[in-house]
Amino acid sequence: MTALATEERPLNLVPDAPIMRATNVTKKYGLITGCKDVSFDLFPGEVLGIVGESGSGKSTLLNCISGHLNPTSGTVEFATKKRGLTDMFGLSEADRRRVQREELGFVHQNPRDGLRMRVSAGANVAEPLMNLGNRHYGNMREDTITWLNRVELDIARIDDNPRNFSGGMQQRIQIARNLVHGPRLVFMDEPTGGLDVSVQARLLDLLRHLVRRSQLAVIVVTHDLAVARLLADRLMVMKNGYVVETGLTDQVLDDPQHAYTQLLVSAVLQI
Amino acid sequence: MSGQVFIEIENLEKHFILHNADAAKIPVFERLDLSVKSGECVVLAGVSGVGKSTLMRSIYGNYLPTGGAVRVLHEGEMVDITTAPPFQLLDIRRRTLGYVSQFLRVIPRISTLELVMQPMLDNGVDAKEAEDRASFMLDMLQLPKAHWALPPATFSGGEQQRVNIARSFVLDFPVMLLDEPTASLDAANRERVIKLIERALGNGAALIGIFHDEAVREAVATRFFEVSDFAVREPA
Repeated sequence: MTALATEERPLNLVPDAPIMRATNVTKKYGLITGCKDVSFDLFPGEVLGIVGESGSGKSTLLNCISGHLNPTSGTVEFATKKRGLTDMFGLSEADRRRVQREELGFVHQNPRDGLRMRVSAGANVAEPLMNLGNRHYGNMREDTITWLNRVELDIARIDDNPRNFSGGMQQRIQIARNLVHGPRLVFMDEPTGGLDVSVQARLLDLLRHLVRRSQLAVIVVTHDLAVARLLADRLMVMKNGYVVETGLTDQVLDDPQHAYTQLLVSAVLQI
Repeated sequence: MSGQVFIEIENLEKHFILHNADAAKIPVFERLDLSVKSGECVVLAGVSGVGKSTLMRSIYGNYLPTGGAVRVLHEGEMVDITTAPPFQLLDIRRRTLGYVSQFLRVIPRISTLELVMQPMLDNGVDAKEAEDRASFMLDMLQLPKAHWALPPATFSGGEQQRVNIARSFVLDFPVMLLDEPTASLDAANRERVIKLIERALGNGAALIGIFHDEAVREAVATRFFEVSDFAVREPA
């Protein structure tokens, strides 16, 4: 990690325009509430953590704000390169997909949901570059190798299929695939869930460095408060579809105000 | 620069409500006023449990005050950290407000040297210079060179504390909060920390500290502030 750690990080001064704005985002499944009246602004370079137990609406919210699930009411605006703050669901499906492909990333909990299992690791990482219109194979291979190095994967295995890698390695391929095209906002759904602790530590360290060295904004869903503390600048705590508390990460975890957050924090096992 | 108010606490109130213990209300303080000028070191006094650390954490934005304001001079403006949006508070912590706690929060796989370099890198200091300055601090605090490449998780209490001190004093923060920075240090290292504090004051920093150790307290305090009744005392 030393090579990455010593790279220069741009000074992110207080930003003036949000990269994403959610306003009263509500999703109902029939009578059941997925999430209700969620609003926030996200700024470039910020890492927002969404925490809460399973069934609290975290993934529903993530699917809505990433443009995959049309909310029942409320708006999700993303600052696209061309148009500035744009209502994601006001775009045509083709335009929305283009924005998702070119300017966003989405890291799934299960790498099999985010990777093509039948093409090589290298092709998985290069594909987003092709989607941007790159056709120079030499350059794409070079970028791919750079990113496989950044996620600490052995270049000798660039032509192996993802299914021949371990779970932790697959997750790293997925992360490279989601960052290679230079997105400005990346969504992560339990990126370290299902990995053993040593692999998790390595992945968290990697994510922290990758986020810090760019002006990347990240929205990360996790039920693991230790992961949230390490990665997120600020937190939203969800319960039964509602956001019950928001604030700076260390403030929410060290001085929780809401009864549910107090319960959540006190339920963490100490080692 | 000298004489300018760097921290201004006004009508501060903090109580905790424990929702899972029948909403028990634990009052800590209310109507607390305190201001600290450039070059001053205010030492918080009072028995254990009186709220010294709570006050400190409320100033850092780690605890959410129930009422009142905590204004810190940041880039020429007094900014109320109790109402500042998260990105601004993080910016204040990165450039203006340093904090040395009793405990080191270790990050898995990050070496001691990198941990001390990080605050400088975050402020745009060149990597080579950051490494030089970090090495200088660790050397000065007599942390064995063999330890520098290791994550400090397995270090002794005193060693971890020195990593913490190096990390905060390597930058010249205009405002610093020191929560028992000398608690587990030997006499020689305590002297070195006193020197660091004196140097920071000489540079015009405003400091608020909690020191268990009377010798350190008397050496650095320009004023004592009793947290139980807000009484102010000049050093002997």
